[in-house]
Amino acid sequence: MCLAVPARIIEINGDLAKVDFGGGVIREANISLVDARIGDYVLVHAGYAIQVLDKEEAEETLRLWREILEAEEGRENALERL
Amino acid sequence: MLWKDFKDPQLARRITEKIREIAPKRDIIKICHVCGTHEWTISHYGIRSLLPENVDVIAGPGCPVCIVPASEVDEAVETALRGATLVCFGDAARVPGSQMSPIEAKAKGADLRIVYSVIDAVKMAEREPNRDFVFFAIGFETTAPSTASEILKRPPRNLSFLVSHRLIPPAMELMLGIGDLQIDAFIAPGHVSTVIGLEPYEIFPKVYRMPTIVAGFEPIDVLLAIYMALRQIRNRTATLENEYRRAVKWEGNVKARELMRRAFKVISGNWRGLGRIPDSALTLREEYLEYDAHKKYGIRIKRGRDIPPGCRCHLVMIGKIKPTECPLFMKACTPQKPIGSCMVGIEGTCRIWALTTQGSNPKSI
Repeated sequence: MCLAVPARIIEINGDLAKVDFGGGVIREANISLVDARIGDYVLVHAGYAIQVLDKEEAEETLRLWREILEAEEGRENALERL
Repeated sequence: MLWKDFKDPQLARRITEKIREIAPKRDIIKICHVCGTHEWTISHYGIRSLLPENVDVIAGPGCPVCIVPASEVDEAVETALRGATLVCFGDAARVPGSQMSPIEAKAKGADLRIVYSVIDAVKMAEREPNRDFVFFAIGFETTAPSTASEILKRPPRNLSFLVSHRLIPPAMELMLGIGDLQIDAFIAPGHVSTVIGLEPYEIFPKVYRMPTIVAGFEPIDVLLAIYMALRQIRNRTATLENEYRRAVKWEGNVKARELMRRAFKVISGNWRGLGRIPDSALTLREEYLEYDAHKKYGIRIKRGRDIPPGCRCHLVMIGKIKPTECPLFMKACTPQKPIGSCMVGIEGTCRIWALTTQGSNPKSI
């Protein structure tokens, strides 16, 4: 039940938004707990968006990890950046 | 979508190699998570089978439906048998009480309605003003803000609430007090953390010297969290790290926390099979007691039968045993005919093991 699913906001009407879960699934979610705009990805749990997903942070995380995992053991200090 | 990259098999292979490289070679290492969704990712993607023989991931009490004590289910059933319409999430309908589950109460004539969100309960109460509704509010910090938000808006008075919300960090602390339970690192639940932030976990590295990694739910997230935990174990450090940076900020969701604080106060609460945990439950503040179903129906059940005979849910829930070590698992107790609550909740360890290959191919160390 702590499952939260990422969805993209496609329409906002006050506290309510239409969100796209992908695969043609479009639902209504309450977005009053987050500061979100159309096009943002939010985590939706039990009808409420609980957090906005940071796309740049996600890209940065993956980029850094790829770099680190390719690096040799001696360069592991770079890990501390994460 | 970018999140698909967090399922990248090539990256998963590389992290797995790194895990094997840095894992201690002989000592048995147990990394404990406390979230049913983490258990699902681990079981579904067979992550345990990728780890070295001496490294295991154990599941703590991370299923909100499983840990609701029977006495609180009994209260929900009682309101329904007295004529109220009981409204709950899907898996909460089958959670066992001392005598019966909500769905068994329905078979005895009670009115039970399954919803996806507390919002649906409010809409029902607005549509049917002559009917009394009771919302059985189960869930951890991820779910509690939605309940708080609707209560603070003062919904129609024909809707009341049985608040069974529980808080995760106190349960993690309880686990560290169980002397014969080995835990070498925590993987903290990502979605609970989107709300509460990182600060509540600081106690684990600071006081208990326990490496603690907040992690997301894709296979790459979980593998990275395991890697980060093993790196700390190898370096003999204990810090709080955030793997799930795309969703979890230091301060969490400030708005959500504020709503929880305004609607609820923190009290000690019973957890099924685990007993009473200080500061681990939420209850309505005085200003909102008119919405308290306990008060409205004059019911307060203090004791219930949490664990049916033969059931080992209380041991599964703290990761002391694996579901396959319970004599009832997939014999008397199945997803179709569950006996213990761990086989009922969609995030219950037994249910997840039963529905994935984990159940038939357990890793034992």
